[in-house]
Amino acid sequence: MVIPKRVVFVLALLPLLWISWLAFRDALGAHPVERVIHFTGQWTLNFLLITLTVTPLRQYSGWNGLLRIRRMLGLFAFFYGTLHLLSYAGIDQWFDWHAIVHDIVKHPYILAGLSGYLTMLPLALTSNAWAVSKLKTRWKKLHRLAYLVPALGVLHFTWLVKKDLTQPLIYGTLLLILLVLRLPFQSQWRATR
Amino acid sequence: MPLKQRSQSMTQRKSIPISPSELTPREVYLERRTILAQMGLGLMGALGGSVSLSAPAQAEQKLTGYRTTPFGHDEKVTSYENITTYNNFYEFGTDKEDPSNNAGTLRTRPWTITFEGAIKRPRQIGVDDLLHLFPLEERIYRMRCVEAWSMVIPWIGFPLQKLVQWAEPTARAKYVEFISLADPTEMPGIRRAVLDWPYNEGLRMDEAQHPLTLMAVGLYGEILPHQNGAPIRLVVPWKYGFKGIKSIVKIRFTEAMPISSWMKANASEYGFYSNVNPSVDHPRWSQATERRIGGGLFEARRKTLPFNGYAEEVAHLYSGMDLKKYF
Repeated sequence: MVIPKRVVFVLALLPLLWISWLAFRDALGAHPVERVIHFTGQWTLNFLLITLTVTPLRQYSGWNGLLRIRRMLGLFAFFYGTLHLLSYAGIDQWFDWHAIVHDIVKHPYILAGLSGYLTMLPLALTSNAWAVSKLKTRWKKLHRLAYLVPALGVLHFTWLVKKDLTQPLIYGTLLLILLVLRLPFQSQWRATR
Repeated sequence: MPLKQRSQSMTQRKSIPISPSELTPREVYLERRTILAQMGLGLMGALGGSVSLSAPAQAEQKLTGYRTTPFGHDEKVTSYENITTYNNFYEFGTDKEDPSNNAGTLRTRPWTITFEGAIKRPRQIGVDDLLHLFPLEERIYRMRCVEAWSMVIPWIGFPLQKLVQWAEPTARAKYVEFISLADPTEMPGIRRAVLDWPYNEGLRMDEAQHPLTLMAVGLYGEILPHQNGAPIRLVVPWKYGFKGIKSIVKIRFTEAMPISSWMKANASEYGFYSNVNPSVDHPRWSQATERRIGGGLFEARRKTLPFNGYAEEVAHLYSGMDLKKYF
């Protein structure tokens, strides 16, 4: 079965449409800036984890059609990450570079988030056929960074919350499961089954 | 329209699709306030100066018989909607909307406050009796949360100073400790050990007796909504919001400095004093600026002021202290 890319594209835009609709309706709640930043941040993490689900899901289900949409899902993680970064730097800090640099230097959660974004950058830039053919085996190595990005995202989230760690722990657990599914003994177990 | 909105029950209110821009223009609020104050004055006369609190079962009861004060008249008051739906009250859940959604189960009557510790004699008093002891006044205070957002809230209450005098602490009393209700049947958040329940907080005696320190029993001309700490809470406008302990059931006078719930949770991030201080960052986020709630998507952050703008009144309490050490 093949999933039409257009369908995935439209589905992946739904969170953006939703938050835009709320903004248009002036219905973002008491702290709209925080709402937009949290929303785009959560969808970045969601797409990072969804992207990491493709490979194990394909291996366990044998549904190879899934592979076609992996790149798009990864790029949507980058897209929401960019919106997240822009809403922090723009509507929250008003591009006050002094304050932003202070934030990066002084506050580890900002540094973790920014590192996550910067790690995503080369992956997004090489997500095209030309880069794949140009980089050959190095492309695969480079794209292993896709495991590091959500880890930095979860760290960013963990250091941000004041006390209640429930949500970062849920994301962390899901990430751990997705990573464990990739361990070598897993594929051996599947092969010998 | 805002009046109608406010008369809805709490469970209904959250579902009304209403945009912040539609809510309580300042003029309307001021007009209402004047009317209420006038009504209050009239009523005070009729009842021989006593405060009238009608049947207290519901959260949106009008408070009458309070006087207005000049505090905060240069500030734009935050909308009732925002003050009552964006709350930190972990006893009802850790999301900002949880308290307004869940606090309907809180029973605020009968409500007894126990006084103990370094006082002449331990005693208890019902909250309604307490309200009759002291005249109520409205004070518009800035409220700065440690999470770097702020509001302007028209509280109604009385100075804690008066309550301290009434409680008759002995010379041994150096601190006042406040303790919240922690009832898992009424407060769903208590079932999770997010903090060390019951929530507690403390003040030095001179902080407790400072004329700015308020015991609040209402806001926006009404008795305190459950999610804002009904029936009685502390307001210390020059300290971060979490010092303003809600739903108080016990007040204890102590010789030793009380260790608050937040200090127990993370002593390196939350100190005893917790005075608003733009030059001492929270270890994990900046305190230099803040976002005023109600400004919408495109308003800039504003600079946070030392002691939340109340330095003139309170800075002398801390003269000679290293505020980086005693954060």
